[in-house]
Amino acid sequence: MSEVVISARSVSKRFGSGTHAVHALDDVSVDIFQNEFFTMLGPSGCGKTTLLRLIGGFEQATAGEIALEGQVLNDLPPFKRPINTVFQSYALFPHLTVRQNITFGLEMQNISRPDAAKRADEMLELVRLSQFGDRQPSQLSGGQQQRIALARALAPAPKVLLLDEPLSALDLKLRKEMQIELKRLQTETGITFVFVTHDQEEALAMSDRIAVMKAGKILQIGTPRDIYETPTHRFVADFIGDSNFLQGDIKQNGSHAVLTLPGGQNVSLANVDTGTRLSQTATIGIRPERLMLHPAGTSDSALRGKIADVVYFGTDTTYHIAIDDQTALLARVQNRDGSTMAYAKGNDVDISLPAGAIRVLVD
Amino acid sequence: MKIDRANPLWRFHGITPMAIFFFAYLYLPIIVLLVLSFNENRLATIWTGFSTKWYSVVLGNDDMLRSAKNSLIIALSSTIIATIAATLAAMGMARGRFRGEGGVAAMLTLPLLVPEIVTAIATLLFFIVIGVKLGLLSIIIAHTVFCIPFAYLPIRARLDGMDPALIEAANDLYANEWQAFKRITFPLLWPGILSGAMLSFIISLDDFVISYFVGGAGSTTLPIYIFGMIRIGITPEVNAISALMLIISIVFVSISFLIDRVRY
Repeated sequence: MSEVVISARSVSKRFGSGTHAVHALDDVSVDIFQNEFFTMLGPSGCGKTTLLRLIGGFEQATAGEIALEGQVLNDLPPFKRPINTVFQSYALFPHLTVRQNITFGLEMQNISRPDAAKRADEMLELVRLSQFGDRQPSQLSGGQQQRIALARALAPAPKVLLLDEPLSALDLKLRKEMQIELKRLQTETGITFVFVTHDQEEALAMSDRIAVMKAGKILQIGTPRDIYETPTHRFVADFIGDSNFLQGDIKQNGSHAVLTLPGGQNVSLANVDTGTRLSQTATIGIRPERLMLHPAGTSDSALRGKIADVVYFGTDTTYHIAIDDQTALLARVQNRDGSTMAYAKGNDVDISLPAGAIRVLVD
Repeated sequence: MKIDRANPLWRFHGITPMAIFFFAYLYLPIIVLLVLSFNENRLATIWTGFSTKWYSVVLGNDDMLRSAKNSLIIALSSTIIATIAATLAAMGMARGRFRGEGGVAAMLTLPLLVPEIVTAIATLLFFIVIGVKLGLLSIIIAHTVFCIPFAYLPIRARLDGMDPALIEAANDLYANEWQAFKRITFPLLWPGILSGAMLSFIISLDDFVISYFVGGAGSTTLPIYIFGMIRIGITPEVNAISALMLIISIVFVSISFLIDRVRY
C-alpha cells in the first residue's frame, strides 16, 4: 500500500450530554491509503456514517483528530476540504439541470466556464449518461440519479470520495450493476473511495479493505479475505457470512490445547493460535464450508455428531449436525458429481475441523 | 379537483343540499354585492338598471384614493419587513433542535390565535406608553407583527419539504454558507417566500380592527374609509369599492396559491 490519505486518531463523537449522551464513536483510529477502496461495514448505529460525516466535515469530533495527507482537518468546514460526498438520498439540486449539477462544484472553485463544461462532458461520459446533460434530475431513474451524483462528486477531482450507503435505494439487479460500476470508476479515476454500507456482500465484492464496526468501535480492519477467513471477533465472524461457533473450555492436553465442549467431546487446537485464552471459556469459529464430513468411525480425531437436517441448495448441500445438547454445527458441502458422499437425516457422522480454519474469537 | 364518486362521503344522505347551502351562505352575499355595484340607482338596494358609473365615481374620489394609497404603503412596507423576518425565522427554526424550540414555534404562530381586538388594544397601549406617534408608521409596525405568522407558515412548509442533504451537498461542493443560500436554498424557497408575501400583503390590506385602533390623523386606510362611508348609508359607491378590493384579494390569494404549488 502507498501513503496514508486519511488518518483518524483516537476520534470520539458524542451526541447530547450528561446521562443522555450517545457515544456514536468511541476512540476510533484508522489509516486510509491512497487509491484504496475502503469500506466501513456494520449494522445501523455502529458509527460508520458518523465517521464518514466527520471526514466530510458535517460533524465535529468530540475528541481526537482527523487528518488529510498529514494536515489536520478538524476545524475546516466542508467547503474547504478537498473531499466530496455521494449522499444516500443523492441530494441532486432539483432546480438545476444534470449538467449544472455537475458543474456546481467546479464553479464554486472558480474554474472557468469552458473548462467546467469540458469537465462535465468528461464526467457524463465516465458515468455513461452523455445524452442526459440537459435533463432535470426528476426526469431520471434512481440508477441514473445515482450516477449523476457520482459524476457531480467526482468532477472536482477530490482527494477522497465519501459514499454514504449510495446503493441502498436501488433494487437488487441495479445494485449489482452499480457495484461493478463503482469499482470501475474507482480504478479509472484513481481516487480514494471511502464507502459506508451495512451490506456485507457489497463490502466483500468491492473493497480493498474493510473496517468492521460495532457500537462506535472498529473491531477489525483487513482485506475481504482477512475479514472472512480470519475474523478476530465473534461479531465479525457472525456479521460476515455464516459461521459455526463452538463454546467450551480451553485446556492444555499434552503437547497441544483442546477445547472441551459441554457434552465432553474435545476439539483439537493443535497449530491454532489460542492467544492468552488458555484455561478459559472461549469461543471458536469455523466456516460451514471448511468442515469435513466423514462416515462415522472413519476419523479418529474428529467430532461425532448426528445429522439433524439436510437442505439441498443446488450448488451445495447444507447439513445441520447436532453434536451435543448445547452444540450444533452447520456444514456446507459442494455438490460435485460423485465426489461427495451423501448423508441422510439421522445418520451419525464424523466431522473434522482443519486447524487452519479454526479461529479463537473475542466475544 | 376531481370528485370521486366512490368516496363514501357522497353516499351520506343530505350531503349535497348541505354543500349547496354552505357555498350559498358563503358566496351569495358577495355575489349580491358584486351585482349591486353595477346598480344605476342611488339607493343601493333598489335595482333600476345596469351602470358602471359608481366605479368612475369611486376612482374620482380623492379621499378614497388617498386612503387606498395609505393602505398600499402600509401593506407593501409591512409585507417586506414581515417576509424578511419570517424567512430568517423559518431558516433558524428549520436549522435544528434547540432548547425551547416548541415554545418559540408556538410564539411565532400565536398572533394567528389571539383575538384581534386584544392585539389592537395591547398595541395601542404599548405605543402610547413608549410614546410612538400614531400614524402610518405605527400601523406599519403593528401590521408587520401580525403578518409574520402568515408569511412564516408557507416558508417553513417549503423548508421542511427540502432535503437537508441539499445544503450539505452544496457545502460539500465548495459553496460557503452564503453561496449555498444564494444558489440552492433561496431558489428552492422562493415560491414559499412569495406565497407568504402575497398572503401578508392581502392580510394587511384587509385589516380593519388594528388599523382603526393604532392609526391617527392622515393615516386612514381603505377599510377604515369604507367603514366611514357605511355609517352614512350603503351606497353603490361602497359596493363598487368593496368589489374592487375583492378582486384585488382574489388575484393575490390565487397567485399565492398557484406559486405555492410550484414543484421541482
